[in-house]
Amino acid sequence: MQTRFKGRVWTFGDDISTDHIIAGKYLGTTDSKVFAEHAFEAVDPTWAKKVQPGDLIVAGDNFGCGSSREQAPVALKTLGISAILANSFARIFFRNAINLGFPVVECPGLKTGVKSGDIVELDMARGEVHLPGGPVMRFKPLPPNVLEILEAGGLVPKLRKELATKSAG
Amino acid sequence: MPGLTISEKILAKASGKERVSPGDIVDGSVDLLYMHEMLAMALMPFNEIGTMKVWDPDKIVVTLDHWVPPPTPEIAKMHQTIREFCKKQGIKRFHDVGDHGIIHQLIAERGYAHPWELVIGSDSHTNMVGAVGAFAAGIGATDTAAVMATGRLWLRVPETMRVDIHGKLGKCTGAKDVILKVIGTTGDDGARYAAVEFSGPTVRGFPMDERFVLCNMTTEMGAKVGMVAADATTKEYLAHSGHPFKAIDSDDDATFAKTHTFEIDGMGPQVACPSNPANLKPVEDVAGTKIDVAFLGSCTNARIEDLRIAAKLLRGEKVAPGVRFQITPASQIIYRQALKEGLVEIFMDAGATFTSSTCGPCFGGHMGTLAGDEVCISSTNRNYPGRMGSPTAQVYLASPWTVTASAIHGEITDPRKV
Repeated sequence: MQTRFKGRVWTFGDDISTDHIIAGKYLGTTDSKVFAEHAFEAVDPTWAKKVQPGDLIVAGDNFGCGSSREQAPVALKTLGISAILANSFARIFFRNAINLGFPVVECPGLKTGVKSGDIVELDMARGEVHLPGGPVMRFKPLPPNVLEILEAGGLVPKLRKELATKSAG
Repeated sequence: MPGLTISEKILAKASGKERVSPGDIVDGSVDLLYMHEMLAMALMPFNEIGTMKVWDPDKIVVTLDHWVPPPTPEIAKMHQTIREFCKKQGIKRFHDVGDHGIIHQLIAERGYAHPWELVIGSDSHTNMVGAVGAFAAGIGATDTAAVMATGRLWLRVPETMRVDIHGKLGKCTGAKDVILKVIGTTGDDGARYAAVEFSGPTVRGFPMDERFVLCNMTTEMGAKVGMVAADATTKEYLAHSGHPFKAIDSDDDATFAKTHTFEIDGMGPQVACPSNPANLKPVEDVAGTKIDVAFLGSCTNARIEDLRIAAKLLRGEKVAPGVRFQITPASQIIYRQALKEGLVEIFMDAGATFTSSTCGPCFGGHMGTLAGDEVCISSTNRNYPGRMGSPTAQVYLASPWTVTASAIHGEITDPRKV
């Protein structure tokens, strides 16, 4: 599993809901490209065009609140966002992202130390974020059961492996 | 050993343990999995997991609710895929268009969920079903696929936040005003990852429809589940299901991470202003705000009791010129009941629109979405930017009383003054 991510930051505030991330009117499909194209349209209609693969999102409290729509993390992952760091996450968004093998990390206070356009480096294994100019912020590593899903590449590959082991045993 | 909360009791039972504590990770055996159109999104991961068959078709309920009737050929196709999947998998409790309802309401009114059960739904407002004394949590598509394949789900045992309500509801107020007040006090992440348990004399005296409203919007507090102890009221509500009933409540010496006490004597109608469900104001502070749309619908507030309130206020009145008032019942069963009671005629005489049951307008999907800068007062649950249509539309959340009074006057109106 990739554990180091270096990239450009996009910052967002508190209570970014799934409605901000992908509006309900685009959910009438299972095509993830559609979700990606319209990501964060309610905030900035040109955002999805400006994002580059490898960029990171840094946000405030309660990121991903609202709906259970997995299309929200799917949209951001499809655009190539490598990880999301927030003060805190809404619970379903957090589960959905981890299940997709999409790194989401609670790093309280990071948002006040960075601005959009900054380059940061996330080190999942060491629980560190390296800020521009040298400062390092530490965060509590993900719980072991969550890390296990992420390391497997998501819940589906993890279950496939477990089921295969079971039937072989 | 201290006692256990309702959630701790249910998660201990679901994971085959004597007892569990907050923070424990448990592997829960699911008693009921229910899904709407998210099933279509879950099919890809389900097929990849590779079990081919669902773990137990008799523990699954499926309905179509978000896009009913299907507004585009692509969605009609999505419904076809779901229909075929249910048939192939032997899922007998598939409620197709015509027999449908917003899924949480359908689960509740058909008596599909019971106290002590671990209930998992593919929608954030699954919390509503906790009002019957179940542990009912919402999940996304990949988790849904995993439960379909294995019948199990890992869960972190949540801390329990107790919310005690004391006092009597005032004139033209209801559980919606209470929960808006609670969310406005705790914030829209005030119960993040926690179980919210409603208690106190007011809640114990609430009928089921009011309990559903409370639990429904614990989602807007960030809660994992919302619940009310299962008592005689619950038993009576579920009696038609024929399922054996076993009451559940937290032990007297259970540990609560936090207890909030609300005294609601003298509390008037409440409104959550744009664009956050916690942006609370008493109705007096926003009265007079011009509206373009009033919407009475969603899993939160579109039960027969809500429709009766609307009819009571609308009888002999007209919807204000230039305002569209849409009423969308939470299920087809409620639709039929509204017809039987003559409510639909009252709505139509007043110039309101009455539609088939769907989630459509609440999530900005179809069948009544908002244009840019339109102002809407709605009995629904969320008002983040773009929730009900254009990102520049303004949504105020309120009770059926306040929504209907506002529809008549064309501006946000204190229903006590109608």
